[in-house]
Amino acid sequence: MIKARITVTLKNGVLDPQGKAIGGGLAALGFTGVHSVRQGKVFDVELEGTDKAKAETQLQAMCEKLLANLVIEDYQVELHK
Amino acid sequence: MKSAVILLPGLNRDRDMIAALTKIGGKPPVTVWQTETEIPDVDLIVIPGGFSYGDYLRCGAIAARMPVLDAVRRKAAQGVRVMGVCNGFQILTEAGLLPGALMRNQGLKFVCREVKLSVENAETAFTSHYSKGQVLRCPVAHHDGNYFADGETIDRIEANGQVVFRYTQGTNPNGSINDIAGIINEAGNVLGMMPHPENLIEAAHGGNDGRPLFESALELVS
Repeated sequence: MIKARITVTLKNGVLDPQGKAIGGGLAALGFTGVHSVRQGKVFDVELEGTDKAKAETQLQAMCEKLLANLVIEDYQVELHK
Repeated sequence: MKSAVILLPGLNRDRDMIAALTKIGGKPPVTVWQTETEIPDVDLIVIPGGFSYGDYLRCGAIAARMPVLDAVRRKAAQGVRVMGVCNGFQILTEAGLLPGALMRNQGLKFVCREVKLSVENAETAFTSHYSKGQVLRCPVAHHDGNYFADGETIDRIEANGQVVFRYTQGTNPNGSINDIAGIINEAGNVLGMMPHPENLIEAAHGGNDGRPLFESALELVS
């Protein structure tokens, strides 16, 4: 079994009203000095098999085709050791 | 003047859309379920609003990967008119049939109210029964209608006249760039819009400003 973590984040320059509201929430709790908050998504994926190169290719294809919207988001694939 | 309405789990404006097409077009549209790989021979395909797949992942993301969307893509490439309203618009952007993306409303709230739209381009297959600059009343009901595209794309669609409807008179409900409410593809046969023209077609709705859109889309086709 191969375990991977995919992180999807908004591209730079894309407005993130949710992140902004969360930043406001942190300020309301008294956390000072929070310059900005950007909200993203994390997907933990388990793949059958042991071929890491194949897994990486497959995970990238998953990001390109569904998990990330490349108009607004970037993604990062991380294989667990 | 045959039309089809695409059905996906979680859509909830399908009945309103079917009623509008039936009342204005004179006959009911065929309905096509998400797993179908072929769409019957029609002149207009409509993807209605709602919350397909519960808006999971991103609004319209899962729906856009269903088999029926491949069929819609093929029909669109052949020049068949395709219209997506609200979630339908989100699905069309997710499917790559329209540029840009619909993001969370700037005010973070679900907005259900009437807005004013200006007709920016009255020379499309969907707006020929309006006049340029005409201001319409139209309801909106959405949480993710904040149109976004990169600067280059915005410049291109603005220059090409692909912005068809704009929120006007300070009624932009979601913070969308350039007050964009509806856009059309470069070929001019795929329209997406956040407002609901199907909900303003007769006296019982309190107005009929949405009606000419359906008359345009249905009448001019052979």
